[in-house]
Amino acid sequence: MTPGLAARLAGQKHIATPRRETPFHPRLKELSETNDWYTWAGCKAPHSIFDTELEYFCIRSQAALFDISPMMKYRITGPDAERYLNRLTLRDVRKLAVGRVQYTAWCDDHGHVLDDGTLFRLDADDFRLCCQERHLPWLLDSAIGFSVTVEEETEVIAGLALQGPTSFSILQAAGFAGVDALKPFQLARFPHEDAEVTISRTGFTGDLGYELFVPVGKALSLWDRLWTAGRLHGLKAIGYDALNRARIEAGFIVANADFVTAEGALRTDRGRMPDEIGLDWLVDTEKPFFNGRDAILRARERRTLKHILVGLEIEGNIPAEHAIVYHRGKREVGLVTAAIWSPLAKRNIAIASLERPFGERIADDLCVEIYAMRELQYRKLMKRAKIVPRPFVRLDRRTFTPPGRF
Amino acid sequence: MTSFDVIIIGGGHNGLTAATLLGKSGRKVLLLEAAGNVGGALHGYEFHPGFRAGGLAHIVNRLDPDVAKLIGLQAELPEILPTVALSETGMPAVLRGAYGERTDGVTAAEAVRFSELREKLLFQAGILKRFLKRRPPEIGAVTAGDMAAFASAGWNMIRRGREEGRDFLRMLLMNVADVADEYLTDDRLKGLIAFDATLGIHLGPRSPTSLLGLHYRLTGEAGGAAGAQFMPRGGVSALAAAFEKAAVSAGVTIRTGTSVTRILADRGETKGIALASGEEISAPVVVSAIHPQMTFLTLVDAAELSTGFLRAVKNIRSKGNVARLDLALERVPEFSGVLPEDHRGRLVIARSIDHVENAFNPAKYGEFSEDPVMEITVPSLADPSLAPAGAATLSALVQFAPYQLGEGWEAGKPRFQKVVLDVLERHAPGIGKFVLGSSLMTPADIEACYHMSGGHWHHGELQTDQLLVNRPVNAACRYSTPLKGLYLASAGSHPGGGISGLPGFLAAQSILAGERR
Repeated sequence: MTPGLAARLAGQKHIATPRRETPFHPRLKELSETNDWYTWAGCKAPHSIFDTELEYFCIRSQAALFDISPMMKYRITGPDAERYLNRLTLRDVRKLAVGRVQYTAWCDDHGHVLDDGTLFRLDADDFRLCCQERHLPWLLDSAIGFSVTVEEETEVIAGLALQGPTSFSILQAAGFAGVDALKPFQLARFPHEDAEVTISRTGFTGDLGYELFVPVGKALSLWDRLWTAGRLHGLKAIGYDALNRARIEAGFIVANADFVTAEGALRTDRGRMPDEIGLDWLVDTEKPFFNGRDAILRARERRTLKHILVGLEIEGNIPAEHAIVYHRGKREVGLVTAAIWSPLAKRNIAIASLERPFGERIADDLCVEIYAMRELQYRKLMKRAKIVPRPFVRLDRRTFTPPGRF
Repeated sequence: MTSFDVIIIGGGHNGLTAATLLGKSGRKVLLLEAAGNVGGALHGYEFHPGFRAGGLAHIVNRLDPDVAKLIGLQAELPEILPTVALSETGMPAVLRGAYGERTDGVTAAEAVRFSELREKLLFQAGILKRFLKRRPPEIGAVTAGDMAAFASAGWNMIRRGREEGRDFLRMLLMNVADVADEYLTDDRLKGLIAFDATLGIHLGPRSPTSLLGLHYRLTGEAGGAAGAQFMPRGGVSALAAAFEKAAVSAGVTIRTGTSVTRILADRGETKGIALASGEEISAPVVVSAIHPQMTFLTLVDAAELSTGFLRAVKNIRSKGNVARLDLALERVPEFSGVLPEDHRGRLVIARSIDHVENAFNPAKYGEFSEDPVMEITVPSLADPSLAPAGAATLSALVQFAPYQLGEGWEAGKPRFQKVVLDVLERHAPGIGKFVLGSSLMTPADIEACYHMSGGHWHHGELQTDQLLVNRPVNAACRYSTPLKGLYLASAGSHPGGGISGLPGFLAAQSILAGERR
């Protein structure tokens, strides 16, 4: 073998493992009882670790550790970083103080949402943008005319979500002094071995919780540090299915599950404006120009918005996932994009996308058509549905500072 | 401080046309030009003591009649100049009248064939022309007027029989070489139309769609004759003066030597402009009659434009292909076999389709040909003031000179100039001895002198993907741009380059009509 070829082959090792393992995989693999994996952005990620039902209750009653390393992470730095992000995203980045986190979204020229995500202001000119889908080309093209550097750091930064009522106590037990001062959407850096871990009081569960970011080389030692501290606080590793239940209760949406992203959509009518997926509150019409501004304002002015995202409460206890929503039992007016029976709310809840004016001016007499498979026979159920505000579950401990100790 | 209704950036002929039309309609117009003179590509320069070039454009073949009327050009028919297809070995072929109404120097049978081709192409160009003088339709909001234009084009296409309609659709995206081979046998004529189809465009005669360049050329007219070319009395500089005079008498305030550094905007709306001096002038409407890429990539704050739009603008293909050679000659040149009076026309060196294709090939790889093709005029014959008495100037537009030369133009320029002079020597033996001075402008020089990105005359390749609703980019194809109050009016907009005045004319019309949003 020629040396050139050997070098090339060595540089292509990733081909052998098309499904990448995250930095935490060694720990997850050991803990996994169900051996139930799926692919998240090219990474091997757990659907469940031992039991989805019990994992869900870890989030709500103890503490849960969830590997968020496959999430896309972009680092934006430079003197124009704030201006760049202000043009890119819907909210006013000038109002995002150093050490704070913003939930935000960004659109293409037509006002269709490309993704939603969280924007971390690490320093005056230093930001991290986390999201579901890949956006490097868009972010780089957005840099035309700005003095910024955009780098993808998905594979060099590992992420963990530590969520649940005892999460704060675990961080304290793990020795992260000063974490008690963190308010929701606030971040701080803490020493971890000879490196730094960024801890933010954020999450995707609607519960008390934190997200931790660390260089991949320190991933396992961070996991172990939390694991040891969490032993007496009921800390368990969880998979996505449990997290998904918690996020539905919290009323959060997931890109390409509750809406199709502008770049993912193949059909021209599938793009969604912020107002059509419940993100109208992110659009800051007073801030300077941003991508999609004209299209969004025009759609509002001309009332051409076609869809609306609503929370539904459905009678019975059978989750209405992907059920069709009807008005007066006859007219199709939308689709349920996510649904569970909520253990915490004790209600059958759903997130649905409706066609305006249904869900907007006409909100009564809705029902959903659930096909329940019962031993190879569908039972068609027409269940009444009522539009209710999101989140379906509101927990005081999510925002209480300092958080309660256990 | 005087306030203006409209600020126009760029005093090229399109900027002047837009300014004149807006001024005549009663708008208070301020026109800002970075150079010391208005006129843009019509403005000349001294390239050797006592010798001047009339302008970057050296012949006029598509000045729109309404624009001509607007600037008060005399209604009298200008003298239509011939095109001479030079031959290295034999006699030239000469197209007389409007693009060869009559041909000299070819066999009677070839003359008939050429006239058939000419009639076909002019007919087809006539259909295309209907779309050149109106704003491109807005996709998704096509108006009754647009539909009427389509219908009338369609009617005119089949009026002469279905065969003609089929032929139009067959030929529309063909390459010029196949069409030339289909109709003609004479290499000089084939070489000539191959040259005319590709001049100023990065295509060879065998590249798909290259016929469209010839169609575009033939949509031009002079004195009502389609395809005709002429030299204004007093040369192209005189035309620049006419444009300027018209603007001034329309009440336009012109400030030359005034560089705009910024188009001011807030939340997607134009507020005015800022000058290099720091002065700011506000106006609700700003018309940019300079290259679209310069407009959006250097004058407008990226934060006021959306990502997709800027990405599209950045991807406009605008790398020039043509170099301009000016020669100061001791006496009027004599090209072999060309009648003395025909030297006032346009002389083309393109021996055959292969000659043009071979000249194009190296350009694909960032090199120039050792045997380039070119068109030549002797500007001092129309405007004796360009050269001292008895002496002459020669202007050659040479294809293909890549904007980004692999070896770099600093090294390549003297070599290229020698190559061009060698070619000239073969067609005008002894010309080298009379050269007193010379100047070669590569696309890079043209970019620097005339502020055209890539040194591209058309302010962006004139190819199918950058025409009509995609010129310069879809979101700005109707002269208005995503930045409210900012309009485009340069050759980069529909219908394209050449001294037509149409982009400026249509931009002004569309401002006056009010944007239907």
